[in-house]
Parts: sequence; structure tokens; C-alpha cells
Amino acid sequence: MIARAAVALGAGAAVTAPWWVANPYHLHVLIMAAIFTILALSLNLLLGYTGQLSLGHAAFFGIGAYTSALLSLPPLEWSFWIALPAAAAASGIAGWAIGRLALKLRGAYFVLVTISFAGVISLVSINWMALTNGPLGLPGVPPPALGPWALRTKSAYWYLVLAAAALAYLVCKRLVGSRIGRALVALRENEPLAESVGIDGTRYLVMAAVVSAAMAGVGGSLYAHYTRFVSPEVFLFSYTVTMVIMVIAGGQGTLAGPVVGALLFTVLPEALREAVAWQWQMLAYGVVLVLCVFFLPRGIVPGVLAVRSHAASRAGHPRPTPGSRSSLR
Amino acid sequence: MLEVSDLRVEFGGVIALTGISFRVQRGTITSLIGPNGAGKTTAFNAITGYLRPTRGRVAWAGAALGGRRPCDIARRGVVRTFQRTSVFPALSVFDNVRTGLHLRGAAGLWSVLAGTSRVRAEEARLAAAADEVLAFIGLTHRRDERADALPYGEQRLVELAVAVAARPQLLLLDEPAAGMTGAEKERLVALIRKIRERDVTVFVVEHDMRLVMGLSEIVIVLNHGRVIAEGVPAEIRAHPEVIRAYLGSADAPA
Repeated sequence: MIARAAVALGAGAAVTAPWWVANPYHLHVLIMAAIFTILALSLNLLLGYTGQLSLGHAAFFGIGAYTSALLSLPPLEWSFWIALPAAAAASGIAGWAIGRLALKLRGAYFVLVTISFAGVISLVSINWMALTNGPLGLPGVPPPALGPWALRTKSAYWYLVLAAAALAYLVCKRLVGSRIGRALVALRENEPLAESVGIDGTRYLVMAAVVSAAMAGVGGSLYAHYTRFVSPEVFLFSYTVTMVIMVIAGGQGTLAGPVVGALLFTVLPEALREAVAWQWQMLAYGVVLVLCVFFLPRGIVPGVLAVRSHAASRAGHPRPTPGSRSSLR
Repeated sequence: MLEVSDLRVEFGGVIALTGISFRVQRGTITSLIGPNGAGKTTAFNAITGYLRPTRGRVAWAGAALGGRRPCDIARRGVVRTFQRTSVFPALSVFDNVRTGLHLRGAAGLWSVLAGTSRVRAEEARLAAAADEVLAFIGLTHRRDERADALPYGEQRLVELAVAVAARPQLLLLDEPAAGMTGAEKERLVALIRKIRERDVTVFVVEHDMRLVMGLSEIVIVLNHGRVIAEGVPAEIRAHPEVIRAYLGSADAPA
């Protein structure tokens, strides 16, 4: 009941954001939060549900950004609406290749292969001058056009990223609630047992990698057409780290966790920038992160749910929470 | 019929199975027994694809299983359980069973993402099938509890429920009674008989000799990686080589 009200309130606030967020800079932060929501949802599909950590997720983000930028810049000048799915496809193909390569071994090998992949792709983007313009990047990426209108304003772009984030959430929700999602979780929980009932481990992990990478590619495309500029910076390891923080602090393996994490850890640094002197900004960020991990080790969303069910059972109304560790504590 | 012929497994220089041959007839409850280290679990692992044998042939219902992965073998109707308790720990009992129903669903990526009515109908069908399996095993009262929060004996039943959900033609049970109390064992025996009545061939590795002799129609005895006897329980009890193999061993046949 409370959760439903919170979701309705959040959705209402999101849809009306351009009216009550007066400062365009604040709207910019919200747009970045929506893009990071897509990225965190994408990473969570792998990390949260299959248990495989991709430490090169920025590569899929960056491939999406470059693909979309290159297709919509001269000489091709394709429409954004074609460049966006093409970016998803390009990242998805990269995800497939990495998945095929690394998921036969899994675990630490997957982590290593994804890190190396991101490193290699980043070097390519710096050195392949003819294609990527090297460290100078690609300026002048056109804004998306909707019929005769270009989505130049922040409020128009906000609705675009909001719709994309909602779609990404829906994709995750449908997957997780299906036999595919159960197969992914089964592989995380007990792979030999999953195989014994006919779940093809490699096939489903590769499928998760493709969907996750494609989703990150969509995030990359939206980022490129928003900032109108793509440079090798999109491959920075810090993007990956930010995504991992969002997923783990928000609550890996939950649907709402990455959304909460993305919102909090995009808004927090900006809020701190206004609240404290710059020397203290990163320190305060770190303190919040440590407190989060210390007091809510499984993430904010599962932590809050556990507190609620605990309160309910103390009030004399036992609330079993199936499939959550909270019932054990 | 499960046909195992000349199955040999070596680990480095150690020969775990020397090249064993036996058959499990369709519709029977057959047991594989032997002292510790005789190679029983190794045989199970080689049959179900968890271990690549050095040589030999395994076939179920005429189709060769050799060289296939466990998930492909499961697709051919051969499903196993594990010696140590093996459930999906963080999932509810209901979700454990729903996961076991994987092969009974067909929804692919695109139809799932599109959220078609067919996918929703399949989900409803699978949920009903999961409840049916829970009722069959007798775990309905634990439906929404986490699997790892259950007492040990019931976790073993969850494991059985997951395997039954996969609708096996041949079910291989690796020490299903290990760690169970006497009452739980009786319940398990009744349950295995009930499973066989569903037209499932049951092949059991078990240490509890009373349970084995009471349950099985055919008993196969392994020792030092080879088959030393095969027959009905009464024959096995009187078999001189079996008695010799078990001498000095704590689990002599009753």
C-alpha cells in the first residue's frame, strides 16, 4: 500500500518535473539520473540476477554513444530514431561476443574479460582517428527530432529519457517475472542444479549479457544526443564504478534498487556540491556510501523492505516476505 | 531402458570406474550400492553429463547420452538429484519448483518482452503445475518459505520436488535419505513409490541398506569401480562377494 503510493507519487513527480523544477541545471541532473537509471537497470540484470559482474559496462554505454553519434553525423545523417536502435544493436552484438567468450568460464574470468574489453575499446576510440576523431571527440551530434520539432529543450529531453527509463524498467520487470528470469536466478543460486532441470547455463547468461549490453547502448545513445558530444571519456572506468555503486547501494537483484540507487547517486554529488565546499564534496559522498553499505549491506530497497516487515511483525501482524533474507533476522 | 556399457572414468592416474556395464529396466526402482569410494556418485555424474567418462556408452531409451551437457540430458528426460542438499537457497519453495518446471515452459525472449497473452497463460499454467507438484510431494504448507530456512529433511524434499517438476522419465536420486530421521525415511520411501507409479523409472544410490532392500526391485553392487553383483534384494543379501566387500564396513547389508 505504502509502496504503491510511493510509486504513484514518484511517477507523478517525474511526469510533472519540468513544471516544478525551475532551475535548468536541476533538470539536467534529473536527465542524467534517468540515463543512469537505464545503465543501472542494465548492469543489475547481469550483476543482480545472474550474479556475473561486468566491470566493463562503460564499454557498452560508449559503443552505444559512438554508434548513435556516428550514424547521425555527416555523411550518414540518419535519424535519431534509427540511430537509437542501431546503437542498442551494436552494443548488443558486443555483449553477445563478450558473453560467448567469457561466460563459458564465468566468475572472475568474466570480470577480467569485461575490464579488458573496455580497455581495448577505449584505446580504439582514442587511436582510430579516421573514425572517432580520437581524443578530440565528435562534436555536433544532432538532437533527436520528433516530426518537425527538435528535442532541444531540457524539458522535451526529460520526457524522452523518462520514457526510455520506464521502458527499460518494463523490460527488466517482464524478464525477471518470466521463465527466463527464473533461469537467470537459478544459475546464480545453484548452477549444477539449474543444469539438472534443463536450464542451459551458457545460453541464458549470453542472453542476459546481450539484453544488458543493448540496454546500456540505449543509455549511451541518449547520452550522446543529449550532450551533443561524444569523446573517449564515455569509456571511463568511473562510469562503470558509478553504475556498480548504484546497483549495490540501491539493492542488487531487485527491480526498484537500481532506480533508487541511480537517483540517489546522481543527485547526491550535485546536492553536496551546493551544500559543502568542494574539498569536502567527495569525502561526504564516500561517507554516505560507507554508511549505506554498513547499515544496509544488501542495499537500500531490501533494507527498507526488511524494516517494514520487521515493524509489521512487531505490531503483531506477521508478514512473511518470501524470498527475502529479512525473514531470517 | 538405461544402458551403461563399458563405462570407464579415470581421474589422473586413479581409475574410479573400470569399465562397468549394467542396465536399468524401464518402470523399475533400481539401486546402486557399494562401500564408500566404490564409484557410485562417479557413475551418476558420468551418466548425467557432469563428468566426461574416459570411454564407454550411456543410452536412455535408445538415444546416446555420451558427450551431451547436463541440460541436454535433462531435455531427454533424465534428471538427477545431488548427494549434498541442493536447492535454490534464496528462493521460496514455490519458486524452487517453478524453476524446476523450466522445460515445461516455452516462452522465448521476444514474447516475454512483448508480454503476450500467451506468455501470461503459460505463467498461470506453470504456477498451477508448481502447486500440483507441491501437493504431490507434501510441501504445500511450506510454499512461501525460503528453501534454506526449512529443516534439513524438508530441504531434501524440496530437492525431490524440483526434480519431479522437471518431469523425468528416468530419475536418478543420489543418497536421497542421507541425514533423514526414521519417520522421514518412511515418508521418502512412500514418495519414491508414488513417483514410480507416475511412470518414472527410479535409479537410486543409497547407503541405508534397510531402505535399499525394502524399496528396490533390482540392486546393483559396485566395489572398487566394478560391478560385483546384480539381482533382486534376496540374491544380493546372500551373495558371497557382496558380503566380502562389506566385511569390516559399517554399512553391511541387513
